Amino acid sequence: MNGTFGGRLANALTPAVGAVGFVLLWWFVTWLKWIDPVLLPSPQASARAIWDGFIGGNLVKDLVITIRRTLLAFGIAVGVCVPLGLMLGSSVRVYRSLEFVIDFFRSTPASALFPLFLVILGVGESTKIAVAAFGAGLLILFNTAYGVMNARKTRQAAARVMGASPLRVMMGVTLLESLPQTFVGMRSGVSFALVIVIVAEMFIGSTDGLGQRVINAQMIFNMPEMYATIFGAGVLGYGLNLIFIVIERRFVHWGGK
Amino acid sequence: MNAPAPGTHITIRGLTKSFAGQPLYTGFDLDIPKGRITSIFGPNGCGKSTMINMVSGLLPMDAGEVRFDGKPLADTVIGYVFQNYRDALFPWKRAIDNIKYPLRIAGKSKGECDARADELVQSFDIRFDLNHYPYELSGGQQQLVSIMRSLALHPEVLFLDEPFSALDYEMTLFMRDKLQDVFEATRTTMILVSHDLDEAVYLADEVLMLTRRPTRIAEVVRFDAPRPRHPETLTSDAFTRAKAQCLEVFQREVRAREA
Repeated sequence: MNGTFGGRLANALTPAVGAVGFVLLWWFVTWLKWIDPVLLPSPQASARAIWDGFIGGNLVKDLVITIRRTLLAFGIAVGVCVPLGLMLGSSVRVYRSLEFVIDFFRSTPASALFPLFLVILGVGESTKIAVAAFGAGLLILFNTAYGVMNARKTRQAAARVMGASPLRVMMGVTLLESLPQTFVGMRSGVSFALVIVIVAEMFIGSTDGLGQRVINAQMIFNMPEMYATIFGAGVLGYGLNLIFIVIERRFVHWGGK
Repeated sequence: MNAPAPGTHITIRGLTKSFAGQPLYTGFDLDIPKGRITSIFGPNGCGKSTMINMVSGLLPMDAGEVRFDGKPLADTVIGYVFQNYRDALFPWKRAIDNIKYPLRIAGKSKGECDARADELVQSFDIRFDLNHYPYELSGGQQQLVSIMRSLALHPEVLFLDEPFSALDYEMTLFMRDKLQDVFEATRTTMILVSHDLDEAVYLADEVLMLTRRPTRIAEVVRFDAPRPRHPETLTSDAFTRAKAQCLEVFQREVRAREA
């Protein structure tokens, strides 16, 4: 059945069923006025707000600002924590000695650290980026370290027996061996950085970004605008994840095999 | 220290190793002949793999010395074929680049790497595409790639740790003959750990029978059927006799500690 044209068409359309159903339900609820239209505008009104935001340009502007902050935080986290994770992971003793500290701060909600970072770095761009980088960095750090620690010892042994120096084993085998796990850390890291950046934009002395836009829309009760911004944040989060999956498939083609 | 017997390649003297306070080897001496296949066989947990891992430098020994024609390991080219090819090949490298890896490590030029790889492909009569990644190949093909990789640098000694135990029977028979071809062409000293007595005898010039721990040599059983050996060898009188002798030693050793 799956080989027929109808079967293939059905297979191709299956993933869209949920999305279409969701919009239909939304439209149905607003059409019947089950929920006050001021609180829940119709899909058409929200779509128009999204369209206007994109054409008018300031939704795009805020989107770009949020993307920039997220990627900056993520870049710092990767740059610092991947090498650090490799070092930690290659010595089980060093990792064990620091495991509690890493686990503790990883489990501490990064948003609880805002006031601390505000005191240290002041109100501004650097605080938002620093908190996001801190949170994402810990995720990347322990995933990379785990990747190194759980690397199959056989491949390192194989390289050693073929005469590879410790440095070559590290760079040519252990690093690659840990890459699938490192990517898991980076993928959760980038999502986490986005969460923190949006929250930071909502509260700490922000004048731009998606988070600030959502809060503003809510305060002036511009619901279509608020939904449009939420949708924009959703697209951003989903898009970042998707990009990562594509990069991951390309760079770690052997993962899980 | 005893002088090695004539024709010896590897001399092991005073090898000592214990795990968690349990002695596995204490003052273990062994001479492994040059240009022969030596199979190692013994009861479970007697440290067959542990021994070749120590001799090949993968595992540190507590005490003892290993010499290859009088040289230390550092001055000796060795090859090692792991039981689990899936964990031993580099999945991020194509099969052909896996084979060239030891050549790269040794600092060979690209031309030399290509030439040696071609030579191996010719001598192994490879019919599948080596531009695939290891995970795209069958188990037998992957182990074949492992063996080619281990031979790339013309090793003086080849260690094989249960190399065919993860393959199906048909592939095992094929691989035994491939290994035998390589041996006949190169006369490389080979040390084979096997848990299949038929295989251990079939491929070997000498079967080293080990005792339970603390491990000693129970007996060295010679098998000098002419090469190349064929599946018919498995039903010959000489094979049956050698295998019966091994089995007798094996059962005696297994029973020794239970009594």
